[in-house]
Amino acid sequence: MFEKLLFGNLNYEAFPFLYNPIITGATIFTILVGLIILGVVTYNKLWVYIWKEWITTIDHKKIGVMYMILAFIMLFRGFCDAALMRSQQAIAVGHSAGYLPPEHYDQIFTAHGVIMIFFMAMPFMFGLFNLAVPLQIGARDVAYPYLNSLSFWLTAVGAGLVMISLYVGEFAKTGWLAYPPLSGIVYSPGVGVDYYIWAVQISGVGSLLSGINFLVTIFKMRAPGMTLFKMPVFIWTVLCSCVLIILAFPVLTATLALLFLDRFFGMHFFTMAFGGNAMMYINLIWIWGHPEVYILVLPAFGVFSEVVANFCRKALFGYHTMVWATLSITVLSFVVWLHHFFTMGAGANVNAFFGIATMIIAIPTGVKVFNWIFTMHHGRVHFATPMLWTMGFITTFAIGGMTGVLMSIPPVDFQVHNSLFLVAHFHNVIIGGVVFGYFAGFIYWFPKIFGYKLDEKLGKFAFWFWLVGFYVAFMPLYVVGLMGMTRRLNHYGEATGWHPYLVVAAGGAVLIGIGIFFQFLQFYVSYKNRVKNREQTGDAWEGGRTLEWSIPSPAPFYNFAVIPSVDTLYPFWQQKQKIAAGEKPVAPHYQDIHMPKNTATGFWIAMFGGCVCFGLIWHIYWLIAVGLIGVFAATIMRTFDTKIDYYVKADEVTRTENSYLKGAV
Amino acid sequence: MNKLKNLFFIVPAIGLALLLSGCKLAILDPQGPIAAGEKQLLIDATLLMLIIVIPVILISWGFAWRYRASNKKATYRPDEAHNNIIEFFCWLVPCIIIIVLGIMTWRSSHELDPYKPLDSKVPPITIQVISLNWKWLFIYPDQHIATINFLQIPVNTPIQFLITSDAPMNSLEIPQLAGQIYAMGGMQTKLHIMGNTVGDYMGLSTNLSGAGFSDMNFVVRVSTQAQFDQWIKTAQSAPNKLTVGVYNKLTEPTMKDPVRYFSDIAPNLFHDVIMKFMMPIPALDVANDGTEVLKLGHKNV
Repeated sequence: MFEKLLFGNLNYEAFPFLYNPIITGATIFTILVGLIILGVVTYNKLWVYIWKEWITTIDHKKIGVMYMILAFIMLFRGFCDAALMRSQQAIAVGHSAGYLPPEHYDQIFTAHGVIMIFFMAMPFMFGLFNLAVPLQIGARDVAYPYLNSLSFWLTAVGAGLVMISLYVGEFAKTGWLAYPPLSGIVYSPGVGVDYYIWAVQISGVGSLLSGINFLVTIFKMRAPGMTLFKMPVFIWTVLCSCVLIILAFPVLTATLALLFLDRFFGMHFFTMAFGGNAMMYINLIWIWGHPEVYILVLPAFGVFSEVVANFCRKALFGYHTMVWATLSITVLSFVVWLHHFFTMGAGANVNAFFGIATMIIAIPTGVKVFNWIFTMHHGRVHFATPMLWTMGFITTFAIGGMTGVLMSIPPVDFQVHNSLFLVAHFHNVIIGGVVFGYFAGFIYWFPKIFGYKLDEKLGKFAFWFWLVGFYVAFMPLYVVGLMGMTRRLNHYGEATGWHPYLVVAAGGAVLIGIGIFFQFLQFYVSYKNRVKNREQTGDAWEGGRTLEWSIPSPAPFYNFAVIPSVDTLYPFWQQKQKIAAGEKPVAPHYQDIHMPKNTATGFWIAMFGGCVCFGLIWHIYWLIAVGLIGVFAATIMRTFDTKIDYYVKADEVTRTENSYLKGAV
Repeated sequence: MNKLKNLFFIVPAIGLALLLSGCKLAILDPQGPIAAGEKQLLIDATLLMLIIVIPVILISWGFAWRYRASNKKATYRPDEAHNNIIEFFCWLVPCIIIIVLGIMTWRSSHELDPYKPLDSKVPPITIQVISLNWKWLFIYPDQHIATINFLQIPVNTPIQFLITSDAPMNSLEIPQLAGQIYAMGGMQTKLHIMGNTVGDYMGLSTNLSGAGFSDMNFVVRVSTQAQFDQWIKTAQSAPNKLTVGVYNKLTEPTMKDPVRYFSDIAPNLFHDVIMKFMMPIPALDVANDGTEVLKLGHKNV
């Protein structure tokens, strides 16, 4: 009884590393890595630095960097899951059951999907927002810096919960969207689905707050003169993505809350019996889920638009077309969700409507592709790594888009729905579109944040391994999909003839793994050679057109010593041309700069929120109470904190700017 | 260099050979009118889109190469950012393709609607399908038999599937005969199929339903009418009877169930399996008059 009060449902069985050798190994590895990191931090006396400069920071650039670190860690974790899945399917043929029983395997593919979407792609995206948005619109920070810190820590806690589920308890075995009735308490009595619900809920709150934050930032903090149609395309795509976040994420939160009520309080929103209706869940989750795809891919389109103009040394072709195409995708993304379940038997009229609505999205998307191509026309194309990712994207995305439109035809979808053809399709667009785009953006803006470029040679290795690896891993999946292989299979018969293709696909995963290895190597080597690769011009790629390239690299903590005034779409390009024409730049007049102060409140709220989630997962009621009180207390205390800002004196600004000019920073 | 050239041909050749070997591309090898229609649609739509996709890919690499920075001979116009004619065609071409595809979609969605009965002079056979944890139960209500994980149908005869689930959601698919439809608890979905060629085909569940899902496949045997009649007779003489009690036992989770036949099906079983979720929970497994009733499966539903 006392135990129950103290530990809730936690017991010996909740710690698989005590009895499962694979997990014991993973746990020991994690603990070792953790100890090494802690040791290095302590040895170098970095704790105060980390606390003051990173954990409590509200500087959008540092928060952006932390989002990136989170994204790359989770990319590695998600890739490990993918490697396990590919190797299982490569060997589990005929009489062999492979090395992963369904019990374990089902958790892996669920975790892979959840991690890659919620804890790799979303943090990566918000990282890019943070790195680039204020710099591109000529602002000194986001609209709500403290909220920004809170958003990051909520996302990090969500990712932490997924990681904890590896060692304490289990993760969901339901697939990444946890369809009921399978995810209901009857068929999933363990804590896996609860981990899923709370990890996604807490990070979902973070995403929603970030969406609001960047929407307000874009609407209220643009440099004077920057009207909506003088915003860079990336800002437009972020704006549209934020609108989608604000409209879609509350649906996800509500849906998962209903699922939680079903599981925790025995209610019947989505159960089979007592008037519950699982079809409602599937509709609701995709009303969030389909816009989510565009939430992720629109900013990637924005990155490509910036990259292609910079590396072609030419203005983006068809700016207005690009903006209107983005806006129409934003609107259309809300009327296509049903194409995820044509097979539910909705009837021909409904299916045809949603099918045609879906393929209409291909029109603005196609226009975008044409615009990128025509930007290269009459340009001077420089094949630096961001441009290579863009080229890889255009080819890959054209193929992925085609298979997508193919599946929007209901009778074709009846055949390939839930097959590996579908798996190949969405990896084709998510890797080829989202991931390639984010990598391009990361490399593109890296010098602006860190003041040195990433190693180009290793970057090119990484690119080619990723690109070839992608095709080797996913083209065979299109074929097995046409052979009738369905997704999430743990094992299959010899006579199916799927085996050779899955072996090839596993080889592709190895190639992608090498690509990821080169990326990590690239970070290390670039950091080691940071003095040699120092980027001092501020215009790292030489073709800069927008405001972020007008300030020194790395961007000073206040971004703009003098807030620029804008009267054209490409202010920096124009400035460069004026200087080339012999015009003398005006000597800047520095003033005091108003800046927000660091705070740990966001960190504490997220940590206490994590306690609430953990308590709800394991039914530890005192922990829920402690967490709620903590969240509440931290919020109240923040409202009484009046020392939230300060002024950087004009003298200090002058000193900093002069030291940049001397190249001392 | 020569070797490299050879590689250029050998790799696609091996790929093509692998692809065509054994003709196991089930979806591209249909054996019934519905699957054939779906295949034709898949091919037509792909070809239609390739008209635009192939040039896009080629032009993207062509432009990138033609206007590479080291090629100083190429025209360079850094401010050329707008051209009404090009932009008009950028919108027009995708619009035309999508209009054609849209028309194809509207028509095919109705023609190949899984709920639409098939045109045939032969009267259709109704088969009731219940997905269970983790097996398929097929009931032939007019023939008074039922099978587990095996389906036999006569050739060139329309089949009407009525589908439900007494387990998490599954999806019934026989790739060479027709696309899939979900099987959902407390609900009935429909699928019409027909087999044109005698043979054994793969059937499977395409929606994750738990640990035993990977083995939820079954053989669909399309046979001649005579063989089918013969088979029905064998099944009708099966000693096992599908009573409510036996059915309740079947709902318990099992994996890799062997093929089994039942004769003498409990009346209205399929209907009752759907309706049991709509009714107040039976307090006991035995009704007042002593007969067994359908269980909801789990005590804590």
